[in-house]
Amino acid sequence: MAGAAKRFPVRATAAIGALAALVLMLAALPWLLSDYALSFMLSVMSYLVLTVAWALFSGTTRLVSLATSAFFGVGMYTVAMLVKLMPLYATFAAALAVGAALALVVGVLTLRIGGMFFVIFGFGLSEMIRQLMVWWEINKTHTMGRYVFVPFDATLIYEHLLGLAVIVFFVGWRLRRSRLGLALLMIGEDETVARQVGVNVPFAKVAMFVVSAMFITLTGALMAPRFGFINPNFAFNPLVSFQVVIMAFLGGLQRLWGPVLGVIPLIVLSELLQTEFPFWFSVLLGLVFMVIVYFLPRGATGLIEDGWAALGRPLEWPRGVTGPLVDAFAWLSRPIFLPRGVAGAIEDLWLKIAPRDDEKR
Amino acid sequence: MPAIEVILSGVILGGLYALVAMGFNLQYGVARIVNLAYGEFLMGAAFAAFWMFTLGGVNPILGMALTVPAAFAANWLIYRMLMSPLARRARTRDQLEGETILATFGLLFVLRGAATLAFTADNRYYDYLGEPLHILSFTFAANRVLAFAAACVIGAAVWLVLGLTRFGAALRALAIDPVGARLVGIDVRRLSALAFAGGGALAAAAGTLVSTFLSFNPAIGIEFTMKALVVVIMGGVGNMLGSLAAGLLLGVAEALCSHYVDSGLTLAVAYALFLVVLVARPRGLFGTP
Repeated sequence: MAGAAKRFPVRATAAIGALAALVLMLAALPWLLSDYALSFMLSVMSYLVLTVAWALFSGTTRLVSLATSAFFGVGMYTVAMLVKLMPLYATFAAALAVGAALALVVGVLTLRIGGMFFVIFGFGLSEMIRQLMVWWEINKTHTMGRYVFVPFDATLIYEHLLGLAVIVFFVGWRLRRSRLGLALLMIGEDETVARQVGVNVPFAKVAMFVVSAMFITLTGALMAPRFGFINPNFAFNPLVSFQVVIMAFLGGLQRLWGPVLGVIPLIVLSELLQTEFPFWFSVLLGLVFMVIVYFLPRGATGLIEDGWAALGRPLEWPRGVTGPLVDAFAWLSRPIFLPRGVAGAIEDLWLKIAPRDDEKR
Repeated sequence: MPAIEVILSGVILGGLYALVAMGFNLQYGVARIVNLAYGEFLMGAAFAAFWMFTLGGVNPILGMALTVPAAFAANWLIYRMLMSPLARRARTRDQLEGETILATFGLLFVLRGAATLAFTADNRYYDYLGEPLHILSFTFAANRVLAFAAACVIGAAVWLVLGLTRFGAALRALAIDPVGARLVGIDVRRLSALAFAGGGALAAAAGTLVSTFLSFNPAIGIEFTMKALVVVIMGGVGNMLGSLAAGLLLGVAEALCSHYVDSGLTLAVAYALFLVVLVARPRGLFGTP
């Protein structure tokens, strides 16, 4: 080791400088953009934090968390309930504490046992908290919906979210170079091996789950002043969990910056769908997700990496330029319409739907 | 209302949950697919029964002759076209569970969105056999009793098929050990598809029965999926009698809660039960730890 010069080579300094410049540019945006563009950037920024935080846990351990909307809602609703009683920043701190405590309880109870329990529990957690809150508000406090009117405008929310995004990216970057991060990656690859080499599996999982949930809760808390009027049905919206999972998978889980590539296209798509085809929103989003699961299992970063790798290879044309021409000619000259008759076409279709076991193995 | 009557109404509800959970258990325990869109088929069948009853005056129980085979066919196709590619590409059982959860999560939103588009998000109900029925010294709505009886008949039929026929034995073998089942000559792919389709058919039957006594909307699917999951985990994956017992337990707990506390807390009750089982007996009520 040759001291500081070796640890901070020129490239790293340049990268840090470039990132700092990017963050400064992003921080200046509220004074440059229209109100509509700013609200667009707000959704981008909030989903960016949610998705990166989600990937901190789920991307490394490969345990799909469907509990995002539960923590997001807890953050938002805690602020809504406490905002009349204490200063705004104190409500954020309270939300953070509640979110962390909830994550700790859920993590200790479910992550100890097995992946399925965790996924199932997360799937219904948001719905259960929503039911509990509705019951509590109707029977105990006699309120249905709370107002959050505070001097915390879109610009301030945006700057806070940007700060949170910087922190979550930094945590993710450090994580991949830390003992805990490597332990989590190992758990994702093979839990038995991780246990064998002495990783404290339950601790690693719960710790990361709590950290991830804290970021998600804080995002929900920061977004509360944006909406003004909040009720449990609005705060605990299952679509949030769904969108975060889609964004993470679209971007790809192998890289820390993957979510950037997933969040922006999906926010654009959501805006388009919600303004142009509001009633088709859920259907189309579901279809997009299924396309990703079936055809893009490694996400956009996977595509980019494949493309990059392909660029580095010499082109493969073993039969020269004439090869594709010969193929094209053979393809053009084959009988087009039902070479085996209608019965043959039906048979082919049937085999496609119900392939025989011995064929596609 | 005396406590015994509350418990009996819980048993009636629990019989239906047991039926819902049996279908889910066929899909999860035998075909190894965690189908988060399971409740959507229940919702679809409820709407089918509603439209047939209000537009054509078709008796919902008779309407099952149409909806149950349709759900069977639809689920068979879903398994063949959507699930078997995942089953082929997955290397481990955990991986298959993860991928099918994601795929059916997408399917859930597609089906629910389509139902909202087609039927709007309004609450629907229809009046079928709403009159009170006196049994011994208790009074129940006739449609609830009919739904319970139908759930018992269907559940018993499934249980007899599983327990007494060669086909059922093959399914049980598949639930216990898929690799061993293949070794003794069981066509795993074909039986998995049939089990998955059978699970969907049970969901449709349950949906029809639910529609006779509860109001419903396109969003009810998730809640039934959740409860089916909780019951299956409580009773033990692949264990049909376990599903029955856990379903009854959930029904009674829910009835007690909605009578003595609040009827809006049903999912919270399911969760509380789930937590107790999770902490005390992680392998289910009847599992060997």
